[in-house]
Amino acid sequence: MDIDHNAVVAFSKSWGLFYLIALALGVLVYTFWPSNKKRFDRAKKSILDRDDKPWRK
Amino acid sequence: MIGQLTSSERQNAAVIAVVVAIAGMVMAALGRSDALGVHGVIVMLFAGGVLYILMSTFYEPEPTEDREASYYDDPIKVGIALSMAWAVFGMFMGVWVAAQLAWPDLAFDAGWSSFGRLRPTHTTGVIFGFGGNALIATSFHVVQRTSRARLAGQISPWFVLLGYNLFCVLAVSGYLIGVTQSKEYAEAEWYADLWLVVVWVTYFILYIRTIARRKEPHIYVANWYFMAFILVVAILHIVNNLALPVSWGHAKSYTIWPGVQDAMVQWWYGHNAVAFFLTAGFLGMLYYYLPVRAQRPIFSYRLSILSFWGITFFYMWAGSHHLHYTALPHWVQTLGMTFSVMLLVPSWASAGNALLTLNGAWHRVRDDATLRFMMAAAVFYGLSTFEGSFMAIRPVNSLSHYTDWTVGHVHAGALGWVALITFGSLYTLVPSLWKRERMYSAALVEVHFWLAIAGTLIYVFAMWNSGIIQGLMWRTYTEEGALAYSFVDSLVAMYPYYIARAFGGLLFLIGAVVGCYNIWMTVRALPAAVAAGADVPVTPVAIPGE
Repeated sequence: MDIDHNAVVAFSKSWGLFYLIALALGVLVYTFWPSNKKRFDRAKKSILDRDDKPWRK
Repeated sequence: MIGQLTSSERQNAAVIAVVVAIAGMVMAALGRSDALGVHGVIVMLFAGGVLYILMSTFYEPEPTEDREASYYDDPIKVGIALSMAWAVFGMFMGVWVAAQLAWPDLAFDAGWSSFGRLRPTHTTGVIFGFGGNALIATSFHVVQRTSRARLAGQISPWFVLLGYNLFCVLAVSGYLIGVTQSKEYAEAEWYADLWLVVVWVTYFILYIRTIARRKEPHIYVANWYFMAFILVVAILHIVNNLALPVSWGHAKSYTIWPGVQDAMVQWWYGHNAVAFFLTAGFLGMLYYYLPVRAQRPIFSYRLSILSFWGITFFYMWAGSHHLHYTALPHWVQTLGMTFSVMLLVPSWASAGNALLTLNGAWHRVRDDATLRFMMAAAVFYGLSTFEGSFMAIRPVNSLSHYTDWTVGHVHAGALGWVALITFGSLYTLVPSLWKRERMYSAALVEVHFWLAIAGTLIYVFAMWNSGIIQGLMWRTYTEEGALAYSFVDSLVAMYPYYIARAFGGLLFLIGAVVGCYNIWMTVRALPAAVAAGADVPVTPVAIPGE
């Protein structure tokens, strides 16, 4: 198959759709994955901790 | 400025400055009387200035304390100062060009001060000078605090900040002497673009390395936005500026993109500059400084993640809405239009998330002008993203495109969203960075707030009026099927609105000057707050042998 204008258009019109759907599903799963909730809650609150020094290993 | 550098680091910094100065000398030698030669001299002066500062404090005592035990705030402080200086410059140029539209004599019959040369100094000054420096400064602050890690470099933050400002100086000075690529928001020529690539890649590596040092397993959402901003701007900048210089001794270059592809690449760049420079980075500010100032966690963390990916992946496709009714394939225009409409969802998710965070703290919004800056920014963000989605629809665009409505829309976003969130963030950041209890004057923050709001509203309403009148005049036909108005007729009809616009901009500029004074006095006149006892460090457990 030649890679001409029509081939590129067909590719982007079809696979573009599927990859965006796959990406949306991936993001939704990640966001609502139950075991991630704890990390998110922690991240959400930890910026309000008063602290003015970096941590050390 | 270099008090925190060891002597070997000072030497390395001096070597970098010398290398940059030599590069400037080469540019001057190759360019001779061409604009490239002028820019070579400017590079030499800039590098020489940095070298002078380095040398004059070269033998000051080295830092004795353990640097890893504190955050690296010096580059942030300089970044804030540069950001405010660029704000005043860029907004002044904006008022000047706005006034030129009403009173063309203000160009004073000189080439350098003609509208076409001054306008990009305004856009570059406010977007890259003011916005860019504010983004660099706040990103350095947010990444350190949310990762609880010091910046992963001693010289590189300075290199990023000063190198970026050298780019801005080259860009703005170039416009005045007639150097331009004629690409919106990408006017700077090839040598400045190459330099920005070096600076920007350094910025990205520094950011990633700092995040790699973080304490929390999860990266706080503000950093995602900042990272998207840095990464995508690098990609956009490189692809859009692929060009071949006429010769090594000339400032002029030609883009490698032909015809309509050039237009497509340019507006893919242009709209994503709005998306990732003027939105993603500033959302990073919003997601950190708004919760911190309100002392309330963000309403929904999950929503912030969803809107992050929505914004990142939708915006990439929206650029072609700038090219409705052109030679661009029709389906590409439709694609851009569709994605622009879909963008409303993640945009309103962010705006709503910010406003719902404030729900229950409205009394603080009432009392605290700093928080009110951020609240108003979220409102303008919601309004201008709605307007943007609407204007991207093809039939609406047939009325709005090429008119002042577009200019009004951009300024609803740039003044109402970008500038307001920046001022709110800086008023939060400045006292904490310089260890002051509060800003020098809360009343002046209040004055600034109302000047900014009044200026924005006057500006936007003037441009809505003039834009719609323009659009309607341009499409009104007589019974015989000829155009009812000439272009000059529509220009005359704009006159009162151009005056109103310049006045609105002037109010906004005055607000920024008031802000500069307030920040200056906070740093100079307020006593340092007593060591805050509530600041609990993450106590390091010293492990012997480490």
